Amino acid sequence: MAETLTRTGALDGWAARFAELPDSVALLAEPFHTMTSVRGETTLRPNTWVEEDGFDAVWLGPDEVLRTSPFRSAAELGGTDVSAQRTTIRLRGAHARDLLETGCAIDLHPRVFGAGSAAVTLLGQANVILLCLGENDYRILVRSSFAAYLAEWLLDAATEYRG
Amino acid sequence: MTRVDGYGRVDRTRTLRFTFDGVSYTGHPGDTLASALLAHGVRTIARSVKQDRPRGVTAVWSEDPTGLVQVEEPFPEPMLLATTIELVDGLVASSIGGRGRLAEVPDTARYDRRYAHCETLVVGAGPAGLLAARTAARRGDRVVLVDDRPAAGGSLTGTERICGRDALDFVADTLAELRAHPDVRILLRTTAFGHYDDGFVLALERRTDHLAPAPQGLSRQRVWRIRAGHVVVATGAHERPIVVADNDRPGIMLAASARDLLHRYGVLAGRRVVVFTSDDAAYDAAADLAGAGAEVTLLDPRPVRGDSRSGDYRRSRGLVLGTGAGPDGAISHVFTDQGELPCDLLLLSGGWNPTSHLFSHVRGALRYDAELGAFRPGEALAGVTVVGAANGTFDLAGCLAEGRGETPEPLPRTNLVLWRTDGDPARQYVDLQRDSTVADIARATGAGLRSVEHVKRYTTIGTAHDQGKTSGVLASAITAELLGVPIESLGTTTFRPPYTPIAFAALAGRERGQLFDPVRTTALHAWHVARGAVFEDVGQWKRARYYPLPGEAGGTEDMDTAVLRECAAVRRDVGILDGSTLGKIEVRGPDAGAFLDMIYTNLMSSLRPGRVRYGVMCGLDGMVIDDGTVLRLDDEGFLVYTTTGGAAPILDHMEEWLQTEWPHLRVTLTSVTEQWATFPVVGPRSRDVVGALAPHVDVSAAAFPFMTWQDTEVDGVPVRLARISFSGELAWEVSVDGWHAPALWRRLIALGEPYGITPYGTETMHVLRAEKGYPIIGQDTDGTVSPQDLGMSWAVSTKKVDFIGKRSFARAENRNPLRKQLVGLLPLDPTVKLPEGSQIIEQTAELPPPPVPMLGHVTSSYRSAALGRTFALALVKGGHARIGERLTVPVGGDLVPVEVTGSVLVDPEGTRRDG
Amino acid sequence: MQLIECPYCGPREEVEFHYGGQAGVAYPADPAALTDEEWGRFVFVRANPKGRFEERWSHAAGCRRWFTAVRDTATYRFSR
Repeated sequence: MAETLTRTGALDGWAARFAELPDSVALLAEPFHTMTSVRGETTLRPNTWVEEDGFDAVWLGPDEVLRTSPFRSAAELGGTDVSAQRTTIRLRGAHARDLLETGCAIDLHPRVFGAGSAAVTLLGQANVILLCLGENDYRILVRSSFAAYLAEWLLDAATEYRG
Repeated sequence: MTRVDGYGRVDRTRTLRFTFDGVSYTGHPGDTLASALLAHGVRTIARSVKQDRPRGVTAVWSEDPTGLVQVEEPFPEPMLLATTIELVDGLVASSIGGRGRLAEVPDTARYDRRYAHCETLVVGAGPAGLLAARTAARRGDRVVLVDDRPAAGGSLTGTERICGRDALDFVADTLAELRAHPDVRILLRTTAFGHYDDGFVLALERRTDHLAPAPQGLSRQRVWRIRAGHVVVATGAHERPIVVADNDRPGIMLAASARDLLHRYGVLAGRRVVVFTSDDAAYDAAADLAGAGAEVTLLDPRPVRGDSRSGDYRRSRGLVLGTGAGPDGAISHVFTDQGELPCDLLLLSGGWNPTSHLFSHVRGALRYDAELGAFRPGEALAGVTVVGAANGTFDLAGCLAEGRGETPEPLPRTNLVLWRTDGDPARQYVDLQRDSTVADIARATGAGLRSVEHVKRYTTIGTAHDQGKTSGVLASAITAELLGVPIESLGTTTFRPPYTPIAFAALAGRERGQLFDPVRTTALHAWHVARGAVFEDVGQWKRARYYPLPGEAGGTEDMDTAVLRECAAVRRDVGILDGSTLGKIEVRGPDAGAFLDMIYTNLMSSLRPGRVRYGVMCGLDGMVIDDGTVLRLDDEGFLVYTTTGGAAPILDHMEEWLQTEWPHLRVTLTSVTEQWATFPVVGPRSRDVVGALAPHVDVSAAAFPFMTWQDTEVDGVPVRLARISFSGELAWEVSVDGWHAPALWRRLIALGEPYGITPYGTETMHVLRAEKGYPIIGQDTDGTVSPQDLGMSWAVSTKKVDFIGKRSFARAENRNPLRKQLVGLLPLDPTVKLPEGSQIIEQTAELPPPPVPMLGHVTSSYRSAALGRTFALALVKGGHARIGERLTVPVGGDLVPVEVTGSVLVDPEGTRRDG
Repeated sequence: MQLIECPYCGPREEVEFHYGGQAGVAYPADPAALTDEEWGRFVFVRANPKGRFEERWSHAAGCRRWFTAVRDTATYRFSR
């Protein structure tokens, strides 16, 4: 019999190239976060995300919240399972914001887009959900089919900081 | 050497070597190519484009109309201004005659872009701009300060005093203060070249050209995309020459440019200097050049006044009428109204034109100031402030005041507006780069042109690299003079971005090569690559087109061979396709069925959970926009499959109707395109493969009928099986979440091995579906094809009261029997494959004289393994009634006879569907 | 690059938006009751004024919500 059904992350195989980056623009694939789309009115403020009980809730629109969790199941989170629809990349380091500013048009200054901010917008030519976790610490959610493009784009953007 | 001791800010302790026109020279850090050449007395650096006249440097920065060169090293680049090329060791350049030469090797430099946001953007780091930036920074604004030169200070020469201190010390202190603010960004060597809506300014930063060797990893040029709450335009002014006959010779330049050469680079551009001016500013040039050792004669048409700056120069009332040249073509003397004067440098100054381009880019209106003889910002513009010389304020105190946000008392004007002196109009150059003269303008007005925009295009004045920075106002003024109308009634030509030439490479940035356009890949991409798939682009997707096997004589199969093999394998045994790119939308809510009834032409609300239905979507005009299958998941849930290309537009289409027309419907739409990977397992042995995958599922035709679906688990992983066929064969679409897609695919390949499972690509998929007459929306349709044209009246509900497109079907034209309809075509010669797109005409043995009535065109054309011959699908006028007829398809010089058939060519009875 | 104010996400660059044409063109209550000409006018004919224009936009690359905005077609400026 063949192998058991194992999971493959959209950016499996990129770890080695990510590992070559300096700490100032560290990239880490976070492959298997559960995500669900929950519809209906939300009390979440626009353009924010919050930590709730066992999951993060991201405002996507006036009637759409994305719940994400690295350990809960989709059934526990509720809503439509979209876990494999997007994949997650963590970007942090002293030049994280500098790097994003080479391809993201929204104002990322900490006064405007600080910890707890979220935006559905464009990074390079890819549609992303951008979350700010703290100073120079971001999570980027990207459609799985665009993940390789975005990874290549991020690595290329980091060229300047390789020293 | 014309370098003068004690002058200039170049670093004379270090020497740089460069080559120009094959001759080696030296210069210093801080030099430009132009200043270094002038330091060696090289005055002729280019030839003019039409008349091949020698040309030198006429202005020292980007406004120079003449000094274009070709750079060879470090990288070949044409048409650069010698005045803006910072000297680096090893620079190799040559003169050109108005046309450069593009590099024949790829440009390996990096170019990128960067966004910046600020409350205040200040363009220009001269005295006004520095003060504006300081004022904004002190009130807590985020500030971006850009300046196109390597150093701040603008036109300050170092001879001025600000607040009782040396002006350049003041500049250094102000910069230091600005740099200490964390939210102030200072960008030197950065040209703001375009100003757009909502405080958006594009600026080009030259990051590495002044560094030799260029550092690794850094982009050579960067386009800054700056979004500013407020834009302060502090871009200074361009000096304006006075037009005299033969004013294009090397050795003729603007007065302030010669002064800048002296103070910035320590270069004295002439020893015997004539200054011809109608404005006070040029007196500073006369005094400074005289102070540096030149013999200077100043001619001014105005009565001699006592308050202008004194110096060791001769001054008299007079006019320069023309110039003469020595054997090298450079100036040797001038003709004045009082006789001839020998000289090696003529400085011209007729006043100043405010550099108000960035104000004009955002439709700021300019007003003619008759005292200045110039156009200046004439109205307040929200979000934009123009200060200093760009605003027509030319005195230092006034510039500083405006920079601080104050409104200084205007100084009385003493200048005389003088556009040209008497002389031969054919020798009076207006645009030196274009070799355009006063005579050319006269020819334009003589031809009846009355608008400066028309004169510009007729004479080409202002169309060169400099975009008329020094010639534009002159051209307007001389046109006005020739027409006998006031200049203010003509205005200027429109300033448009870019302010200076910008390389396409910089605009492209990193969007080159593999980052040119996003490449979308499925979860199985690595498997396809490892299997040697040949890919095709489907929108942004890379899809496996076919999987060539090793050929007999080495190499690999060609596409025809591979596709025939894949097709035969599917219809004989079993094949598997990566169909994950199909768009998938989960439609959920109590009104989901009612909503889909409006979206699709057929009824969807009646579909029962566990069932699948094929559906067609039309636009309001009744033309097909997409098709696909719909799975009813439960009472309130449907899973809609769209075409690959339809995923995003159909979601938008559905959202539009839902949100704008039917907001009362309780329905939500969620894209799950990448959540689910979908693999059609197709062919007579597919039941064996799917049965082996899901042993607990009864896959018999009775228990698992066509157009139904069931969920199962494989190793505990949820897997969905749906009996859907896009080939007429027994088939299942196997779906799994994207994380498990590669493992499930490998499982299916392993389980299928005993049955000869063959992975196939999109080309084979296309052949198999075409053999069954299934259209591809966007290939067999083009937005003018209705479901009825496709022979799909069966998919159009007659029961539903309404759906999108229904009313259009009732239009008389939609019922016209001569509409183009989808049919099959069989070339009489079964080996001839018709090119897709071929036109179709009535049967003929000889091409009739044009116009030949066109009956339609070939939309799909393939070789069929099942038929053992070629076939095609086509849209043909009245095609359904023509079945059985013969028509002709001209292909190249041949007339290919074809027979019209129904569109279903393989298994028209549908016997293969259930295995 | 203009900024367009999404009522939900705030100002974003215009590339994030899709244009939806004239606002307030309601789908007819009973399309079948319309003449061909009336139907054709509904499907194809839209106002094209110089100046103030109510139009629909979708924040396609953001929250995917449709909204109505008023724009001056001569200056491109949105009324806020």
